[in-house]
Amino acid sequence: MAVLSVTNLSVVKRDRLLFKNVNFAVKQGSLLYVKGQNGAGKTSMLRVLAGLVAADCGEVYFTLQNIKDCREHYHQHLVYFGHKLGINLTLSAVENLQYWCKQHQVVISVDTIFYTLAQLNLVGLEDIPVSNLSAGQQRRVALARFWFKQDAKLWILDEPFTALDTQGIELLSKHITSFLRGGGAVVMTSHQALRIDYPTDELTLEYRI
Amino acid sequence: MAALMAILKRDLALAYRQRAELMQPMLFFILVISLFPLAVGPEPKTLQLIGPGVIWVAAILSSLLGLERLFRDDFQDGSLEQLMLSSTSLPAAALIKVVAHWLTSILPLIILSPLLALFLHLSEPMYWALLKTLLLGTPLLSLIGAIAVGLTVGLNRGGVLLALLLLPVFIPLLIFATSAVESASMQLQYSAQLAIIGAMFLFSLALAPFAIAYALRVSQT
Amino acid sequence: MWKWLHPYAKTERTYHLCQRLLPWFSVLGLAVIIVATVWGLAFAPTDYQQSEAYRIIYVHVPSAVLSKSLYSAMALAAIIGLVWQIKTSFMAMIALAPIGATVTFVSLITGAAWGKPMWGTWWEWDARLTSQLILLFLFLGVISLYKAFEDKQQAGKAAGVMAIVGVINLPIIHYSVQWWNTLHQGATIMKLGKPSMPPEMLWPLLLSILGWALVSGAIFLLRMQNEILQREIRRPWVVALANKSSTLSEGK
Repeated sequence: MAVLSVTNLSVVKRDRLLFKNVNFAVKQGSLLYVKGQNGAGKTSMLRVLAGLVAADCGEVYFTLQNIKDCREHYHQHLVYFGHKLGINLTLSAVENLQYWCKQHQVVISVDTIFYTLAQLNLVGLEDIPVSNLSAGQQRRVALARFWFKQDAKLWILDEPFTALDTQGIELLSKHITSFLRGGGAVVMTSHQALRIDYPTDELTLEYRI
Repeated sequence: MAALMAILKRDLALAYRQRAELMQPMLFFILVISLFPLAVGPEPKTLQLIGPGVIWVAAILSSLLGLERLFRDDFQDGSLEQLMLSSTSLPAAALIKVVAHWLTSILPLIILSPLLALFLHLSEPMYWALLKTLLLGTPLLSLIGAIAVGLTVGLNRGGVLLALLLLPVFIPLLIFATSAVESASMQLQYSAQLAIIGAMFLFSLALAPFAIAYALRVSQT
Repeated sequence: MWKWLHPYAKTERTYHLCQRLLPWFSVLGLAVIIVATVWGLAFAPTDYQQSEAYRIIYVHVPSAVLSKSLYSAMALAAIIGLVWQIKTSFMAMIALAPIGATVTFVSLITGAAWGKPMWGTWWEWDARLTSQLILLFLFLGVISLYKAFEDKQQAGKAAGVMAIVGVINLPIIHYSVQWWNTLHQGATIMKLGKPSMPPEMLWPLLLSILGWALVSGAIFLLRMQNEILQREIRRPWVVALANKSSTLSEGK
């Protein structure tokens, strides 16, 4: 069944048409890789898919329901990772993640958070303000979300590999693959070549003037 | 409900950790008010005459200064985005954030007000009237102000613009609040003014959260 | 019901609608304003109390009347835009705003000028002048908010929210200022206008209100067309229009 499907999607930004009449469906266990130049509208596309921004034309459906009508249900099953990390720099990694979990109704123990942060190579950095961490480490903190939401059916990732080291890229790629094998659906953009060992659908956005 | 409590707890904790920044509007409030005796002379009669107006104008200005904090960090670091993508209702979350903001940046001003009443030689009935108008009126400032903050949060340079948008809107509040204190100074009833301020507060309490939520969504574009 | 109207098809139709309406508004408006002004300034009888100074009402009253109507029209356009998600409506809103601000400014200037012979001072904190001043601030707030955004679609929505907040507040401001005024002023101020006006004075006044409204309408249509062209500059129909007008001017 299609987890996410899109009909006749058109988005205008700053009076410029980014894309027009885009149609696609992302099935369970499939990965959609959105490609395109800078300014082609990849980020705008992902933000529309996530329901952060309304499309100018066309509809987005989550499990065949329009996301306008099932916003809460949709967001319960979605994990979105954007350009902005959603991490407050004054709070510590653990506080940030605890807050996020409460917000998203994810019940999780502090031990699990510590364990996941250790997996992400952040041992000893759990309790200090995130502003003291490097850019890559901050991204790892934000990425920890993908380990928490168990009932997620869809992941949307916008340039997740930026600022990660090779070990981090490998860790995330593996995690994405195992999510896909478990029947999850993923939509992502990336400037690096994908190092994911999994069949990939591609959607290329053209840059329009 | 747990999600809303989490927001309140987080915002209070953040305010505590960034208390140096929170102090600034407060110091500004005291400073502005101490300028007036220096500018118009220390004559108690004059000070008493202009006192309520001065305190209210200073309260409006310093609340404007602190208002930007309300959504700025959350917008810039993407926490707001994540909040919108959770199942928490956005108007409720916005209301909770306004409450947290009022508790941390406006309530201290009100607690400081006896000191300022002394500075400006307000009589006791005047002080009580002032306190009541501040308690009823400042939540209105925060609620209406939050709409404008929500609209300008994406602009990165909203400061002066915010004042430009909000000051005209706050004029009725200023008029009713200062006239209540003035009535008190003449030993007159001022419940009518309080009732009007209360009505405006309740009206904005009912509608503002939705306007704030809409404003925040517009800012995501 | 509104969704089927594709957002792009509409601006073109609106543009041509403006084009068709423009001559009616501009020609009629100018004619009416000239008639009303000449009538009011030269032929209407002199006021027995204020002598010739009262004639400023033929500018002051139309501008004061229009300023509030223009604000309401602007807020109405904002509401329509926000509720039905119509882009053109926000264009109308922002086309109206500077006209409203200018008209409000004119009413303030003429009000102050009228104050000089009446009250002996250029500025009096009279209730009506004060609320006009606040109205001007509200207009300027909406305009500056709109200008602050680079994305004009976003700008329209943001300015629209502020216009609506303003229009809700407008009656509250009006009454609070009136009340403030009666609280602080004795009977020193002479009431403006008189309960009844002889028809020889009233007719040119009504005509000049009509004339001002029509001319404001004409300016609105021009600004609306401008706004549409600027915003839709990349659309094929705008390009075609530009090509047509440039070949026309070359032919001449």
